[in-house]
Amino acid sequence: MGFENFGTVSFTTEAKTAEFINYLESGKVMATRCKQCGTTYFPPKADCPSCLSSEVEWFEVGGKGELRSYTKVNYGPTGFEADAPYTLALGEFDGVQILARLSRDIEEKDIKVGMSLTVSPLKLPNGRLAYEFKKG
Amino acid sequence: MPERNVCIIGGGMSQWGVREASILDMAQEAAKECFDEVPALKKEDIDGLLFASSYCGRSAFQVNIAPVIAERLGIKPTSMCTRVDTLCAGGSAGIILATGLIKAGLADVVMVGGGEKLYTPQRWETYYSELASIDHDWDGAQGMGLPPPFFSMTAQEHMKHYGTTKEQLAAVSVKNRRNGSNNLKGHFHKEVTLEEVMSARPIVPPLSLFDCTPITDGCAAVLLTYEEKAKELTDRPLVYVRGAAQASLHSMSMNWPGEHLGDWAHLRAAAKRAYETARVGPDDIDVAETHDCFTISEIVEMEDLGFCKKGEGGPFVESGQNDFGGKIPVNTDGGLLSCGHPFGATGIRQAREMLYQLQGRAIRQVEGAEIGLTHNLSGLNVEHTMLIYGREP
Repeated sequence: MGFENFGTVSFTTEAKTAEFINYLESGKVMATRCKQCGTTYFPPKADCPSCLSSEVEWFEVGGKGELRSYTKVNYGPTGFEADAPYTLALGEFDGVQILARLSRDIEEKDIKVGMSLTVSPLKLPNGRLAYEFKKG
Repeated sequence: MPERNVCIIGGGMSQWGVREASILDMAQEAAKECFDEVPALKKEDIDGLLFASSYCGRSAFQVNIAPVIAERLGIKPTSMCTRVDTLCAGGSAGIILATGLIKAGLADVVMVGGGEKLYTPQRWETYYSELASIDHDWDGAQGMGLPPPFFSMTAQEHMKHYGTTKEQLAAVSVKNRRNGSNNLKGHFHKEVTLEEVMSARPIVPPLSLFDCTPITDGCAAVLLTYEEKAKELTDRPLVYVRGAAQASLHSMSMNWPGEHLGDWAHLRAAAKRAYETARVGPDDIDVAETHDCFTISEIVEMEDLGFCKKGEGGPFVESGQNDFGGKIPVNTDGGLLSCGHPFGATGIRQAREMLYQLQGRAIRQVEGAEIGLTHNLSGLNVEHTMLIYGREP
């Protein structure tokens, strides 16, 4: 399967990095590393934008990251109305940056720039797949 | 053929606002004002048309819109007839491309138009199309999309790193709404007070209602030609395109090129090249139109365009250094905050204001202005586009 079930509203159904979804289903958020030049990418890339090699490998974005910035979405784009309000955050992990929602388990008063985060798969109520940040 | 100097000789705008008119109707209004500015120009003299629009494919359900516009305007291009899409900077990109075509001798007289009809077919279309204005596969899938949340992060980071205050943000809105109050072509004509801005309903804190540009329908158009032809067509002082640049260093929130969201390395890259190509520096600029999609944007722009030191944008705008009588009057026609922002039209509105300023006939004139600058950012701040105009080539 490809990306047809990814995110609250899906856009791209087919992409060369469809394996990302299989990993997500098995509980892992993955990024890619170019075997040729070592550059790491999130979102994953099947072909390296840096050295143009097609020899890439997957690695799990495990471990802890840091909250870099966040913002609360009070009014969502079309298709996201029912989700709002939600909080979007930028997280800095080893070698990659990720934009994801903050888990609803984190209370607003506890959100702090610099706090420790982990990223993990999320099954949305309607069965669709995404990923989110949890307190690390 | 030797390289030619390029001049902007006329500019026009449709009425901007919430319009009961199609994009074609508004393009016609803008072009009409443009034609009226240069009575010696015959429609047959125009050999090129570039039209900047990003949402026309969805909101007007019309792709390849340039030939449709050309027919509506009664012009028959023979050198170039194409649409330009750089979202919020489409109009400026069109002017840069037209300049290149004319300089190279591939075109002689080019109309650059642009605009959007955003409130169709239904209001929600705009909030759906916004998802296509960013990296839609990854940023969009998370529910990023409408600009206020992203620019609230920008404001928060700027406040954290440099101590910028909400009052300083508000000062930008007060100035730009004042500047736009007698620009009747713009969306808003009512001034706002500091108290009104400070107490307005929050959109995404720290941004509230008057910190944000509205959703606006509108079109604009300018005419460009080479120096010798410009002298034939107009008795007004000549205004030259002196330099330009467009920089793109990343495309999504996850690969931000600066140290933090209040640090716009891609704007500095564009500014460096634009100043070099125009052979001027920030101290030479007499008047500027910068992309105030949100109040925080104008503050960061003052810094990364080189009008003040990095981190001092807040005090710079609070003390009126970006206003008439200050170091550099900015957004003299009201900017996006007062005129609104029909994406493809905005860079052209700015060019029109520069034409008027450098010819000494702006509604709010900067006395003796000789060199002017325009700037746009695009999408979720993934691209910066600049043009520098002058009374000398």
